[in-house]
Order: sequence, then structure tokens, then C-alpha cells
Amino acid sequence: MTKALISVTGLDTTGIIARVATRLAEMNINILDITQTILGGYFTMMMVVDLDGAHMEFSAIDEALQSVRDEMKMAIHIQRMDIFDAMHRI
Amino acid sequence: MIETGEILQTMRMIREENFDIRTITLGINLLDCSDPDADRCAQRVYDKICRIAKDLVKTGENIEREFGIPIVNKRISVTPVSLICQADPRPIARALDRAAQEVGVNFLGGYSALMHKGATLADERLLASIPEVLSETKLLCSSVNVASTRAGINMNAVREMGGIIKKTAELTADSDGLGCAKLVVFANAVEDNPFMAGAFCGVGEPECAINVGVSGPGVVKRALEEVRGEPFDIVAETIKRTAFKITRVGQLVAREASKRMNIPFGIVDLSLAPTPARGDSVAHILTEMGLEMAGAPGTTAALALLNDAVKKGGVMASNHVGGLSGAFIPVSEDIGMIEAAAAGALTLEKLEAMTCVCSVGLDMIAVPGDTSAAAISGIIADEAAIGMVNNKTTAVRVIPAPGKKAGDRVEFGGLLGFAPVMPVNPCANDDFISRGGRIPAPLHSLRN
Repeated sequence: MTKALISVTGLDTTGIIARVATRLAEMNINILDITQTILGGYFTMMMVVDLDGAHMEFSAIDEALQSVRDEMKMAIHIQRMDIFDAMHRI
Repeated sequence: MIETGEILQTMRMIREENFDIRTITLGINLLDCSDPDADRCAQRVYDKICRIAKDLVKTGENIEREFGIPIVNKRISVTPVSLICQADPRPIARALDRAAQEVGVNFLGGYSALMHKGATLADERLLASIPEVLSETKLLCSSVNVASTRAGINMNAVREMGGIIKKTAELTADSDGLGCAKLVVFANAVEDNPFMAGAFCGVGEPECAINVGVSGPGVVKRALEEVRGEPFDIVAETIKRTAFKITRVGQLVAREASKRMNIPFGIVDLSLAPTPARGDSVAHILTEMGLEMAGAPGTTAALALLNDAVKKGGVMASNHVGGLSGAFIPVSEDIGMIEAAAAGALTLEKLEAMTCVCSVGLDMIAVPGDTSAAAISGIIADEAAIGMVNNKTTAVRVIPAPGKKAGDRVEFGGLLGFAPVMPVNPCANDDFISRGGRIPAPLHSLRN
């Protein structure tokens, strides 16, 4: 399984999770885990997803999320989970 | 499952503390391109590099994007050119520079000669061509090994290199002698170093290999902020833990690049390489330990601890460690070093002492333009002696900035930064340097 972390941060507004989740569903990307919090009106979400169902280049997935970023004016980053596993797990 | 705090820590290291992969360097053997005719040799060299390295930059960029870690440089190192051509090496230099531009790498290293015991005719030809080549090429880097622990110091080569550095500075006077930033003189040069200007692909290396250099002085500095006032045992442990994490990412990137390009993984170089950006300084790790500035009494001890702890932490995180591995102390590329040198806290002599315990040597140091060739040779000889006796790699990369005097400022731009011109001891050494010959290899028993 190729897992990736999607982090979303920015000013809280209606429909952030819905918008991101919809875009992921369109690409057949399964969400494995979500943590989300709001600190002083600042929305922070981390989402672990499985990329295997997408059958797309990583860059295409990144670009699809870019469009959500532009619509919602949020910072959205996607990166492979391997980097966190490498750094924090032996 | 990875915890949120761990994810945030990784993100903070990358986004706020300047953690990056400094370089993916592809080592390429060029021995099979050898030809008595320089033009034919040059064509083979060009074709081979373009064939093997064609996907290097794209692969690096893809990894960068997917893993969310900046990979600042993509580079190539090749077999020392003096080993592949006995004729005039200048056509090969031009071919190397063209190939580097064609495949889009940041630098290509290996315009090199290994002459720690003596020079071949090819070595002599290559040396003579260095000033012209470095003034006419953009991406090519040159290195010369003049000493080793087993062979001693080739003082003829040391004498010649003083003049070559001066001439290179003069030919690139319009850019403050920038050509000298692409030229390094080594003792005990290593064959798998991914860092410039000294990278080359040694003869003991495979056909090609992926070598990765990590960096992150800002991350170490930040980690030490959490243990202010604690004893050195805790300082060392904190550095080790941080170096481990940094290196694990280097190992991941190296493995991934190796898999995607179908080229064997060589080594991870566990280095703390600074840039002139604030928050990316090795000197500021030393000040975090409690020194007012780099150069204060205690600096050498602080650097020794840092260098050793980086290696101890990193070596557990990678299955093959190599290159120069340790803390780099270039002056112009480190804002803390620049400030210390400008304030007079850091002198050339203190830097020399620091090179006994750092990863390499005297690096990116601007000296007055009227510094004599013999004085530069003397600096090289001193540094080579430290490397030879202590069984370590040392190097000299000094820039005698044309028209500048001590206290002036030299701008190199980009990652090469800027530097105050540092004074050199004015006492004459011409009779010492003119002797030539070879300083014999040292005895390695009866040690004290």
C-alpha cells in the first residue's frame, strides 16, 4: 500500500473536509485516517490516504489538490508517509 | 501509526529549520572513455554522461515532490580526468561542462588529479589547464589530491597549487576570484564524496553509484535550544538523536533514487552543510553550546563534540556511510562564521585548529588579493600535514580575491555566500616552499 499524508491548514470555513474528501473520492483515493482540530480559528487537518486505487501519477494527484487549495485558500500539502516512518520508526 | 506530534516535528524541520537533502550525486566511471585522442575521448565522455544521467534531475524532482523534502542539488562526479586522457585535457573539460548543462545538473566534479606521491604527465597537463578551464566553464569543479597518510605530502604539487590558485583568481577577477570556489586541494581525498567542489568518482568505485549528502544544521541548533544549560552528555545525546533522524531521510531518498534509476546505492554522507541563510548555520550550533561567537576559546572542543556526535547518530541510520561525513565549516557559506570572521573573533589560525576536528578543512575563505603564491602553498602544506598525521581528509579552498585587502567584503552569490577578507600571516616562507620534494609519510606507532 502506498500511503500519503495530506495536511490542510488555514482559516476555518464551511465545507473544507467535504471538498477535500470529494476530490479524493473522484480520484478513487481511500481515506484511512483523519485528525482535525481548530486552534484560535485556525483549521488544521491531517489525513492519511491510500494512493493505490488512484492509478495516477503522484504529480497529477498533487495538481488536483492544488485546485482545492486555490478554491478554498488553504495550504494543502501531500507527501508520502515513508518520510515519517523513516524518521520516527526503526 | 505515526503520531501527530511526530508528523508536525518532521514538517517543522523541513519548513522552518531548513532541513534538506543537500545533494544527490551520481558517480560515473569514465575509464572506458579513455582515448589517446582528446577530441574522441571528449565525445565519448559527453555521450556517456548524457546517457547515464539523463533522468537524474527529473528523478530528483519527483522524489522531492512526493516526499515533501527539498533536494537542493543534483550533481555528477566522474573519474579524475587525468586518468582518462594523456593529451591536452581542455576538450574534455568543455565536454564535461556541456554534458552537465545538457542533463541539467547544478555541478559536475572530477576535473581532478591524484598526485599525493607524484605527478604523471597527464597530471601536469591537467594542473596547468585548471585556471583557464575554471574561468571558461560554468559547472565544472576541480580537485587535486596532494597528500595522503600513506604517501606523505607531495611538496612539488603543493608549490604548484599555490600558483594555480592565484592564476585562477586572476582569470576570474571580474567575479572576485570565483573560479577558486570551484577548486579544492585535498589530503586523503575520498572516492565517494558527493559534495562540491571536491567530488570525483574514485577508481575503486563501481560503474556508477548514487551518493547522497544530507544537511540540517538548523535542526540541530533547534534541538539544542531544548537542552540549554544541560551538561555535555545531554548535548551529545541530543545531537546523536537528531542526526539519526536526518540521516534516515537521506537513506530513504538514496534508496528511492537508486531504485528509480536502477543505479546502485553508494553511500550517505552524514554532513552538516550550512548555507548563508539565517537558521542554517553550523557556527550557530557552536554558539548555542554557550560560546559568544565561533572562534571563542572552547570552539575546537565544541566542534569536536558536534562532529563526533553527528557521525555516531548518523551511522546507525544508514547501511552505508561514507564521503566526508561530519560538520563543514566554510566561512562564506555560513552566516555565523561570516559574522565571527567580520568581528575578528575567528582567525585563519583558529580555523586551522578547527580543521583538526571537523569533517574537512579550510573552506571558502577569502584572503587578500596580494597574498603570495608561496603563502597559499604554505597554507595548503599546513592543512595537508594535519590530514596526513591525523589520518583524516583535509582540504583547502581559499580565494585570493583580486584587488581586495583584509577587512573588505567579497560576494560570491547564492549558496556560496559572501565573506570578509581575512588577513594572512605576512612572514615570508618562499625558501620553505621552493624546496619541493616530498614530506615522508608519518610513523603511526609511538603515538603521543
